[in-house]
Amino acid sequence: MKKYAITVKNLHISYRTLKGFSIKKSLLKLKMSKAEVFEAVRGVSFEVEKGKILGIVGKNGSGKSTLLRSIAGIFSADSGTIDLHGNTVSLLSIGVGFQSKLTGYENIFLSGMLLGFSEKQIKEKINEIIEFSELGKFIYKPVSSYSSGMHSKLAFSITAILETDIMLIDEVFSVGDIKFKKKSYDKMKELISDENRTVLIVSHSLGTLKELCDEVLWLHDGKIKQIGDPEEVISAYEEFMKKD
Amino acid sequence: MKKFFQDVKKYYKYIIYSTKSNLKSEVANSYLNWLWWILDPLCFMLVYTFIVQIVFKTNEEYLPVFVLIGLTAWNFFNSTMNGSVKLVSSNKSIVTKVYIPKYILILIKMFTNLFKMMISWGLILIMMLIFKVPYTLYMLQFFPVLIVLFVLSFGFATILMHFGVFVEDLSNIIKIVLKLTFYLSGIFYAISTRVPAPYNQVLLSLNPVALIIDSFRSTFLYGNFVNYPLLGVWLLIGIIISIIGIKTIQKYENSYVKVMK
Repeated sequence: MKKYAITVKNLHISYRTLKGFSIKKSLLKLKMSKAEVFEAVRGVSFEVEKGKILGIVGKNGSGKSTLLRSIAGIFSADSGTIDLHGNTVSLLSIGVGFQSKLTGYENIFLSGMLLGFSEKQIKEKINEIIEFSELGKFIYKPVSSYSSGMHSKLAFSITAILETDIMLIDEVFSVGDIKFKKKSYDKMKELISDENRTVLIVSHSLGTLKELCDEVLWLHDGKIKQIGDPEEVISAYEEFMKKD
Repeated sequence: MKKFFQDVKKYYKYIIYSTKSNLKSEVANSYLNWLWWILDPLCFMLVYTFIVQIVFKTNEEYLPVFVLIGLTAWNFFNSTMNGSVKLVSSNKSIVTKVYIPKYILILIKMFTNLFKMMISWGLILIMMLIFKVPYTLYMLQFFPVLIVLFVLSFGFATILMHFGVFVEDLSNIIKIVLKLTFYLSGIFYAISTRVPAPYNQVLLSLNPVALIIDSFRSTFLYGNFVNYPLLGVWLLIGIIISIIGIKTIQKYENSYVKVMK
């Protein structure tokens, strides 16, 4: 009996009818703007076993980030279900939001608490986070003074050290300088090799995916084009992208 | 509703921590830092006292304290309303990254304002000493009136936050409505004596802010009992609005991110 960490069944997500409107505009036009329908994800079903790594590829706008966000619970599905089997989940993506006037140190607490950790748990880990982020003294400076690299380093460190059962990774392999890139890559590998951690990676760096993933899912226009062995799917994907 | 209390229980530590950091980041970049929380109400008190006494040549008993009480309650209500319209988009960085029950954002905003209001109330106690307003046991009524103000503000805030996500220029309308409410709430005049009957009673019953400010004044300045039945009615209305607001937010909160640009 296989143990699954994520079960997605027939997932549909669309952006229809939910356009913001302004009273001024609707007064001027004297009619309601027509609801635009855009289905970002249409009928996706897949399962991820506990401890496995699933890579997601697809061209821009194929619904990859939407899919990740819905798994993280930020979006609601229009139809279909997402079952996380009671696992905690965190979404790691470029430029995680910080309160820019506060110091990095305080932001670690804020982000950590948002991810569902207690103050005590964060205190236990905070030195590890600061060390890993390589920010040194800057950790006590406001985040607004950080460079974009430092910003992403801190974001990466928080999610990497405060471990959740399921990690959703959206394009973070290009974080920081070469040294930090190598380090985060190694850390990623270490996290991934943990048998209890399930990881979903969205990335355009196909080499990385080939190396890290157990399985790759190719999303095309909101549908699954192919899912299976990384080598196979990625070479098919590369073939397809060349033709376009 | 059960989910609401569970969420509050689950997130209360985050609410406290986030409130603290909000307050910190608000003062982080100004020279006078937290002094602004005292200077701001004091300066506006002087402005309105000047207008009432010198320009309009009228007077109220203990005028500076009278104005300061009105301003203190008003500022809390005003900044909660203004803040909640744009609350989801101003927390974009959080909302697009993790799931958080959206009314938690309102509570953080409200506790931040509550803290600032408490400083202002402290100031009022000192002013009462200076202007020789007697301290009485009636001042204990402060707490029930405060609860009515809090619940009512929360109720309005939930509704405003929800529609603020979908209606882009709601904040413009709210600004106008709030300005009108400001002048109709008797911040620098006493509604019961300055507005001719029967309109003064109508205004005091229909405008909860006016009622609350009037009650605070009875509590601190005049040593009277507040109008408990009327406050009770508004508390009930506040609770009902809050429940509707919470239910609406729970139903739609996962779509908020989709609408935001």
